[in-house]
Amino acid sequence: MKGFGVNLLGKLHLSSIQTKDLTTLGAAISILMGGLLVVILLSYTHRWKWLWREWLTTVDPKRLGVMYIIVAVLMLIRGGMDALMMRAQQATSVGSSHGVLSSSTFQQVFSAHGTIMIFFAAMGLMFGLFNLMIPLLIGTRDVAFPFLNATSFWLFCAGMVLVNMSLGIGEFSAAGWLAYPPLSELKYSPGVGVDYWIWSLQIAGIGSLMSGINFLVTILRKRCKGMTLMRMPMFVWSSLGASVLIIFAFPILTVTLFLLYLDRTLGMHFFTAGGGGNAMMYVNLIWAWGHPEVYILILPAFGVFSEVVATFSRKRLFGYRSMVWAIWAIVLLSFTVWLHHFFTMGAGADVNGFFGIMTMVIAVPTGVKVFNWLFTMYRGRIKFASPMLWFMGFIVLFTIGGVAGVVMAIPPADFQIHNSLFLVAHFHTMIVSGVLFGYFAGITYWFPKVFGFRLNEKLGKYAFYCWTIGFVLAFVPLYILGLMGATRRLDHYSSSLGWRPLFIVAGIGAVIIALGVVIQLIQLVYSILNRHEYRDVTGDPWNGRTLEWSVPSPAPSYNFAVLPEVRSRDPFWESKKAKVIHVPKKYIDVSMPKNTSSGIVIAVFALMFGFAAVWHIWILAAIGLLGLIIAIIYRLSDDNTEFILSAEKLARQDRVSDLAKEYVR
Amino acid sequence: MTETDVLTRKDILKEERMQRDSTRIFGFWVYLMTDCVLFAGLFAVYAVLHNNTFGGPSAKSLFSLHLVLTETLILLTSSFICGLGIVAAHHHNKRLTIVAFLLTMMLGLAFVGLEFGDFYHLASIGDSWRRSAFLSAYFTLVGTHGLHICVGLLWMAVMMFRLLKGKLTQSNIRRLTMLGLFWHFLDVVWIFIFTIVYLMGAVRA
Repeated sequence: MKGFGVNLLGKLHLSSIQTKDLTTLGAAISILMGGLLVVILLSYTHRWKWLWREWLTTVDPKRLGVMYIIVAVLMLIRGGMDALMMRAQQATSVGSSHGVLSSSTFQQVFSAHGTIMIFFAAMGLMFGLFNLMIPLLIGTRDVAFPFLNATSFWLFCAGMVLVNMSLGIGEFSAAGWLAYPPLSELKYSPGVGVDYWIWSLQIAGIGSLMSGINFLVTILRKRCKGMTLMRMPMFVWSSLGASVLIIFAFPILTVTLFLLYLDRTLGMHFFTAGGGGNAMMYVNLIWAWGHPEVYILILPAFGVFSEVVATFSRKRLFGYRSMVWAIWAIVLLSFTVWLHHFFTMGAGADVNGFFGIMTMVIAVPTGVKVFNWLFTMYRGRIKFASPMLWFMGFIVLFTIGGVAGVVMAIPPADFQIHNSLFLVAHFHTMIVSGVLFGYFAGITYWFPKVFGFRLNEKLGKYAFYCWTIGFVLAFVPLYILGLMGATRRLDHYSSSLGWRPLFIVAGIGAVIIALGVVIQLIQLVYSILNRHEYRDVTGDPWNGRTLEWSVPSPAPSYNFAVLPEVRSRDPFWESKKAKVIHVPKKYIDVSMPKNTSSGIVIAVFALMFGFAAVWHIWILAAIGLLGLIIAIIYRLSDDNTEFILSAEKLARQDRVSDLAKEYVR
Repeated sequence: MTETDVLTRKDILKEERMQRDSTRIFGFWVYLMTDCVLFAGLFAVYAVLHNNTFGGPSAKSLFSLHLVLTETLILLTSSFICGLGIVAAHHHNKRLTIVAFLLTMMLGLAFVGLEFGDFYHLASIGDSWRRSAFLSAYFTLVGTHGLHICVGLLWMAVMMFRLLKGKLTQSNIRRLTMLGLFWHFLDVVWIFIFTIVYLMGAVRA
C-alpha cells in the first residue's frame, strides 16, 4: 500500500526512528542531552544573541578556526567512542561469546569511526589551524574570501550533523569508511546508511574544496611586503601543498560520490555488478582522491612540527630549501601511488611494480624531512615543552609506521598482509602519531596566540605520555595480530587461534588513550579556570620566530594594526636579535568584512537538501535546493559587505596593547 | 585633518579594492581548474565504460552528428557573442553589453533545449541511463555539462536583472568577466565532449 503520506515523506517512516539497538540509542540520546544542556545553558545565561552575533555569523578566520577545532574535538570524542566499542567487541567476541555489539552495529561502528575521524576530526583540526594561523603567519588581516571561508565551515558542520543524525533516524553505512561497491550498491545495502555516508561527505567535501581554493589564493596573493615565497614559514608552505592537493583531489571525490548516488537512486550502472558496470573503477577513483587525502592531512602536521622544532630548539630550521622541495615532491608523487591500496586487484606485475616503486620513492622526501628535523635539534638548546614532546613521540612512532608502509609497498608482501590488522596498525601509526600528534602540538603551541593564555604544561605532558604509551599498547599488538593472519573489521574469531590476549592488550591501550583524552579535557578546563595565572602578556610566550608572535595575545580581529614588512625568514626572531627600536607606525584605514548570516543559512539549506536526498523526500529536496540558490544569489548580489576600520581607532587600540607590553617589561 | 590626508585614504581603499578584484578573478580561475578536474573524472569514467554497452546500442548507432554539430555551432557562437559582451562591458557600454548577453542567453537556451530534446528522445526509445554502463556514463558526462550551462544561464539572468536595474559598476564588470570565463570554459569542455563522445564514437567501427 502506498498512500500519499508515505510518498510525501519518501522512505522515511515513524519506524525509522532508532529504537531497537541500545548502543546507538544511547549514543543518540546522549548527543540530544548534550545539545539540550547547551541550549539550557545559553538560555540561562542569555547568551543567544551573543552567540549569533559574535560566533555564528562571524567571518573572522580566528573565530572560525576555534569553531572548527571545537567541532573536530567533539567528533574526535565520538570517533574515539566508536574505537573503544570496537576494541571491546574484539576483546570479548571470541569462541562461544559474540561480544558486546550485534554484527550490524559493529559494521556501522567501524564505518562511522573511519568516516568521522578522517572527515570531521582530522580535517576539522587541519582547517582549524589553517584558519587560526595562516593569515597571521603571512602577515595579513584576513583570508582572500572571508565569506566563502565561513560558508565552508558551515558546510563542514552540515555534513557533521548529517552523520550524527544517522544515529537517531535510520542507520549509518555498514560498508566501511570508503563504501566499496558492489556492497555499497542498492542491491546489497538497501537501507539509507550508504546515502547518509554519501551526502555527509559530499556536503563537507564541497566545503573542503572551497577552503582549499581559499587558502591557495590567500597564500599566493595576500602575503605581506617582503615575504617572498622562500621566506614563508614552513607551516605556510605545507598548507600551500595541502591546498594544491585539495584542489586536485577533492573534485574526484565529488564525482565518485555523485556516481555512486546515481547508481543507487536512478538505477545507473557505473559500479554495479550487472549492466556493464565496473566496481574496480570505483576503487580506483576513490583512492585517486584517497591517497592524496592522507597527504593533505599529514603535510600541515609536518608544517606544525617544522615550526615547533625550530622554536623549541632555538635554531633556524635545518635545510629549509630541501624541506620545500620535499613538500612538492610529496605533492606530485602522492598522485602516483594510489594503486598500492589494492595490489590484489589483479592489475598485473608491471602495474603493481610501478606503483610499488613509486610508493617506496615517496618515502624518500618524507625521510628528508625527518632528517632535517633531527638536524634542527642537533646542537640546539632544546626546551622540552609539551609541543616538543608531541614532536618527539611523532618522530619515533612515525618512522616505525613509515617503515611498515615501505614493507607493504612490496606487492608480494602486500598480498600476504592486505586488509589485515597489520595494515590497520600501519595507517593508524601514520595518522595518529603523524596527523593527530601534529595537530595537538599545533593547538598547544598556538593556543596562547588565540586565547591569550597558555595551557597547563604539566597536564599536557601527562596527556602526551598517556597517548604515547596507550598508542604503543593499542597498536603493536595489531601489527603482530596482522602477521598472525587477523583480518580487519573482524566481528568474531575462534578461541583456538590464540589471538585473545593480544586483543585484550590492545583494548587496554585504547583505554589509556581515552585517559589521555580525559586529561586533555581536564587540562583545558583547568587552564580556563586559572587563565589569569597563565596569561600571555608579552604576546611571545615561547620565544617564537615568526610573525604571529609579534602581535599581542589574543590576536586582535584585524591581526596587525600596521601590516608588517619582512626582510628575512623568521622575521620576528631576526628583529628581536637585531633589537630593532620601534619605527613610528603609520596607521591607515582598513576595510574589513562585515559579519553575515548567509553562510549558516546556505548550510541549513544544504543540510535540508542532503537529508531529503538520503530519504528521497523530493519535495523537501526541491525546497532545499531552491533555498540554496536564492540564498547564494541574495548574498552575491549584496555589494555592501565591508566596513571601514578607521586609522584613529586602530592607532588607539594598538597603543593600549603596546603600553601593556611595556608595563610587563 | 588636511585635504591630502583624505585623498590618500580614498586612494588606498581604491587600490585595495582593485587588488581584491584581481584576487577574486584569480580565485575564480582556480575554481575553474577544480571544475576541470571534475570533468576530467567524468571523461575518465566515460573512457572506461564507453564499450560496456551490455547488449544495448553503441555510440555509433545512437548519435546523430547533424544535431551535435548544430549544438556545437550554437554554443561556439554564444561564446563569441559573450566575448563581445565582455569587451563592451570593459568599454562601459551598458546597452551593448545587455544585448550581447541576452543573445548569449537565447543561444544557451536553444542549446539546452536541443540537448534536453535529445535526452528525452533517447529515454523514450528505451535507451535511457538505466540501459547500460555506457549510457549511464554518457548521460552523466553530457548532463553535467548541460547542468553547468543551466547554472550559467541562471547567472546571466541575475546579471541582466542587475544591469537593467543598476549601473555598469566596477563590481558588475568583475562579475561579468567571471561569467565570461565560466561560459568559455564550458565551451572548451564541450569541444572535448564533441570530439571524444561524438566524433570518436562515430568513427569507431
